[in-house]
Amino acid sequence: MRLRLVPEKTSVPFMRGRSVAVVLSVLLIIGSAAYTYVHGLNFGIDFRGGVTIEIETQQPADVEAIRSAISSLGLGDVAAQEFGNPNDVLIRVEQQAEGTQDAAIAAVVETLNALYGNSYTIRRTEAVGPVVSGELVEKGITAVLLAVGAIMIYIWFRFEWQFGLGAVVSLVHDIALTIGFFSFTGLEFNLSIVAAILTIIGYSLNDTVVVFDRIRENLRKYRKPTMLEIIDQSLNETLARTLMTSVTTLLALLALLFLGGEVIRGFTAAMIWGVVIGTYSSIFVASPVLNALNVSREAFIPDEVKSKAP
Amino acid sequence: MLDFPRWKIALVTGICLLGLVFALPNVIPGAMRANLPGWLPQNTINLGLDLQGGSYFLLEVDAADVLAEQIEGFSDSLLSAMRDARTSKGRRVGYAGFRTSGQTVSFTLRDPTKRDLVRKVLNAAITPVGAGPLSPGTPDFTFDISEDGKVTATLTEDSIAARKSQVVGQSIEVIRRRVDELGTREPSIQGQGDSRIVVQLPGLQDPDEARAIFTQTARLTFHLVDGSASPEDIARGRIPPGSEVLPFEDEPSRKIAIRRRAMITGDQLNSASASFSENRWIVNISFNSAGGRVFADVTRKNVGRPFAIVLDGKVISAPNINEPILGGAAQISGSFTAESAARLALLLRAGALPADLVVKEERTVGPDMGAESVAAGKIAGIIGLVGVVVFMVLVYGRFGIIADFALLANIVLLMAAMSGLQATLTLPGIAGIVLTVGMAVDANVLVFERIREEIRIGRKPVQAVDAGYRNAMSTIFDANFTTLIAALLMFQFGSGPVKGFAVTLAIGILTSVFSAIMVTRMILALWLRRARPQAITV
Repeated sequence: MRLRLVPEKTSVPFMRGRSVAVVLSVLLIIGSAAYTYVHGLNFGIDFRGGVTIEIETQQPADVEAIRSAISSLGLGDVAAQEFGNPNDVLIRVEQQAEGTQDAAIAAVVETLNALYGNSYTIRRTEAVGPVVSGELVEKGITAVLLAVGAIMIYIWFRFEWQFGLGAVVSLVHDIALTIGFFSFTGLEFNLSIVAAILTIIGYSLNDTVVVFDRIRENLRKYRKPTMLEIIDQSLNETLARTLMTSVTTLLALLALLFLGGEVIRGFTAAMIWGVVIGTYSSIFVASPVLNALNVSREAFIPDEVKSKAP
Repeated sequence: MLDFPRWKIALVTGICLLGLVFALPNVIPGAMRANLPGWLPQNTINLGLDLQGGSYFLLEVDAADVLAEQIEGFSDSLLSAMRDARTSKGRRVGYAGFRTSGQTVSFTLRDPTKRDLVRKVLNAAITPVGAGPLSPGTPDFTFDISEDGKVTATLTEDSIAARKSQVVGQSIEVIRRRVDELGTREPSIQGQGDSRIVVQLPGLQDPDEARAIFTQTARLTFHLVDGSASPEDIARGRIPPGSEVLPFEDEPSRKIAIRRRAMITGDQLNSASASFSENRWIVNISFNSAGGRVFADVTRKNVGRPFAIVLDGKVISAPNINEPILGGAAQISGSFTAESAARLALLLRAGALPADLVVKEERTVGPDMGAESVAAGKIAGIIGLVGVVVFMVLVYGRFGIIADFALLANIVLLMAAMSGLQATLTLPGIAGIVLTVGMAVDANVLVFERIREEIRIGRKPVQAVDAGYRNAMSTIFDANFTTLIAALLMFQFGSGPVKGFAVTLAIGILTSVFSAIMVTRMILALWLRRARPQAITV
């Protein structure tokens, strides 16, 4: 007996719910933007600059004592938090003036030596100056924008411009909701999250392209049904694959989330979120946009059929 | 689609076997790896600093420091050009108000009618920058002489850039010598852009030591002490021209006036070493033969007078010259510890940096943490893999087993490509591999779902499989190509760990497409050919 995620033949009227989906998506995008605007993002050292030191103590560490000892150094804002387990502490010091990062590290290490002597180890140290953090922000934004642009052009070439636009609208939806997710959860937003966003773009697009391919194929095959019917049929035909791939990807990602360690937890969380909303957006964002854009069906009639027409 | 001639079978099998050979070194113990015959590849996957532990430093040459030095040399050369300038009657050309500001030198001619002569002199002083066999280069400075005789000469951007890249090149050399002295294995020191240097030190234990070694300029000079300046003059900053006031290294409030011109500098050193004598740490230095002669000469002329040993603008000590020092050897004694004496000796041996370097970015990961990340990644990868493998069998039965086989081939090929290309695996890269495991089956899922549809409309097994592949092909291509675009952009714009992730993702896309459409298809084709099933269930 085979495991079936969906029945052999489905005919879910996805597009009947498109108005609800569009309203929901718009609300989610506005909500994400508003929440992020108000609460901001918990930027990691890559974008915020400053000093991060992770230490491991032999006994459960007194986070508050560490924080107040380092705060008294006059280096500005200091945060100390448990990182993964009680013996592991992550210390973050705010952005220092250009070229003074070394001195800040030295001062923090000296304070830790006074507190713990030899009974702790430094697991990692990171220091990023203002110039570099500015560049990393710039590069991250450029990479995401270029990726979206390049993908739109590629899809426009392979399909029609309406498909390209539909794909990009769903990508913008995915990116907005991912940023909103980070603002809402307060998870650290760093360079590897930009990598996660680019991967989400790739994954969501993967899904969208599979659906679009089927829509194109059905547009060629059937002349009678309306665009909405074609979209619904295509979504149903690809539903089994969409869910299968989401499940296998989620299986791998969940393993990584629970077993992969603290450092990449944020990255994995972003990816899991991205797989879920990427799957949603291919069905409920890209397809309705495509429907609204009046795809010319002429473009998909094979040439030999055209020439036979009276 | 299902036509697999012998050569194609041989090719696909060959690639998989080659993959096995290249992936092999990663899974056998190190001792066994060393005993592999020479013709087998022995490279393992190159672990990034975040996985093997180590330090990454982004250093930037202090542009203001470089420019200040360059403008000083520039104004010297203009001064000497003007000093040598003669009118047709053999007279000197008078000028006043010689000064420098930013990248500009300006002065005013006493006699504005000498403009043409000065123009000629300055034109002759221009040296081209970036000249090569195909280009004449650009001038290193431009100048302008106004009607009333005001001369302004400005260094061009090209000349400043050329000087900067020269400084970067020299700095890299000096840092390499210093790092080599530290004994770090496989350091990587590279220029980046026009004023940056990236230093990567795998397995370094003490980032403080490394930081001190990059950022200390270590410019050692010997100066005569200016005895004419009284302590009151020094306190008030009233010192004779040609002298300057410097603080002591161990007691910054104590200051001394020295002659600006150095008797001798650290680039004339032959060797330097730390030693312990008379209950304190000292650094022994010896000059090369030219330096030794100069040193002997000045010390002979200045017996009884004090001189100052200056390191990076701070006076280490100011002893008296009791007798001429003829052997070319000297001792530097200050308030050294064993470590600081050893470090100074190292820096002096490696030479001074041509300009100050600033640490812009620094990342150090301890070796334990890297090992934990690798272990966690391995476990997550294996569990994820088992989950996907079992799930595929549950859903697709026999076809699932075949897809699982392709998945394993994919992992082997991915490891082989990473080892063969010596791509760097980073922590996000491990996430990339685990993700690839989840996404790699996608191409097979697309094909299998397609085959199901074809069977449903009544096609025979061979036709159904054939049509399944044919119809899924363009989708597979489009879907993977778009992800590849994202990976390439990540590589282009990402830094460090993100680049590592992009590489893994890109290689993973290529190997997964190959294993899904070649390996699975071949196994299916061979099975269909042999078993000739009347009906198949996917």
